[in-house]
Order: sequence, then C-alpha cells, then structure tokens
Amino acid sequence: MKVGRVVGTVVSTISAPVFEGRKLLVCDLLDAAGKPDGSYLIAVDAVGAGAGEAVLIVDEGNSARQVVGLTTAPIRAVVVGIVDELTVDGEPVLTQA
Amino acid sequence: MQLARVTGTVVASVKADGLEGVKFLIVQPLDRHGQPEGSPVVAADAVHMAGPGEVVYIVGAREAAQALPETFVPVDHAIVGIVDAVEELGGARG
Repeated sequence: MKVGRVVGTVVSTISAPVFEGRKLLVCDLLDAAGKPDGSYLIAVDAVGAGAGEAVLIVDEGNSARQVVGLTTAPIRAVVVGIVDELTVDGEPVLTQA
Repeated sequence: MQLARVTGTVVASVKADGLEGVKFLIVQPLDRHGQPEGSPVVAADAVHMAGPGEVVYIVGAREAAQALPETFVPVDHAIVGIVDAVEELGGARG
C-alpha cells in the first residue's frame, strides 16, 4: 500500500459503468518523510476521504476489486484508509491536521 | 489511474484475437497539473467516446483488459473515463 494526500477530485460524466456514483480522488503520493514524492494516483474512494487528508491507497487490482465488491471492475487504485499518524524511525512524520 | 491527453489514433487491421472492434488511441500521460509526463502509450478506449484533444483517465496493467467487453485480451492500458474537470484544493481547473 501507499500513503498519499488527497489534493483534488476528478469530475467525469462519461466513464466505464463501474465508476458511476464513485468518487475519484487525486492523491499525491508521499515519501517516508511525509512529503510529496512528485507522483500521484487517481484512486476510487472507499472510505469517505476528504480534501487534504492523508490516506492509505492500495494500488493492486485484486485487492481493489475486492474492496469495491466487483470481480470484473477495471480498478486498481482504491483509497482504503485515512491516516491518523505516521511514524518513521520513531519520529512522527505525519499527523492528521 | 492517471490523467492523460488523447493525442492520436491507431488503426490496426491485424490484431490479436479478442481485440476486434476495440479502438486504440495514443495518449500522453499527464501530471496532476495537466503537464505531459513520460512517454505516450497506446490505450484501448473502453468508453468508446474519447477523441483527440480530450483529457481522460487511464488504468494500467492487468486491470486495463477488465474494462473491455472481452476481458482476457492482451491490453495494458485502457481509457476508462473522460475528464470533465479536475477540482483541486483551492480552485477548479477544466
């Protein structure tokens, strides 16, 4: 899994049917210091995450399909958690604002 | 999934079995600010409505084929939605 921060949402009218009614979050991926590493993912929201929150993202198809409950969905990245706190080497690098 | 802009079309009359009728487009992956990032890739159009110039979102790897009518096909990127807008914190962008 990856740790990211929600920085936006994607608005899309025309999409594969599985995305209808689902929120798509633009998430910056964070490095071990809690800083954006320059890459991002668009992930399906499964937990009700909001703008600015640090989140846990699974970027693997089987897990993603399991979370959304559709075995044939073309989905790979899903936000599966909201991070309260991240500690690396004993140092807190991320605390939820 | 990533953002990408459709930059071209691919016509191939000879394709692997299962890919008949699948439209292929050339897409340029974008960073989240809409700037080109990395090399263009050929993606299958799973929404059947994407055209050159449009911003779309693509899914990669095995999951790409799941977006197509025939799911056990050799496809590694698929367009699964057309982007109307990316709403960023502190303002929207078309």
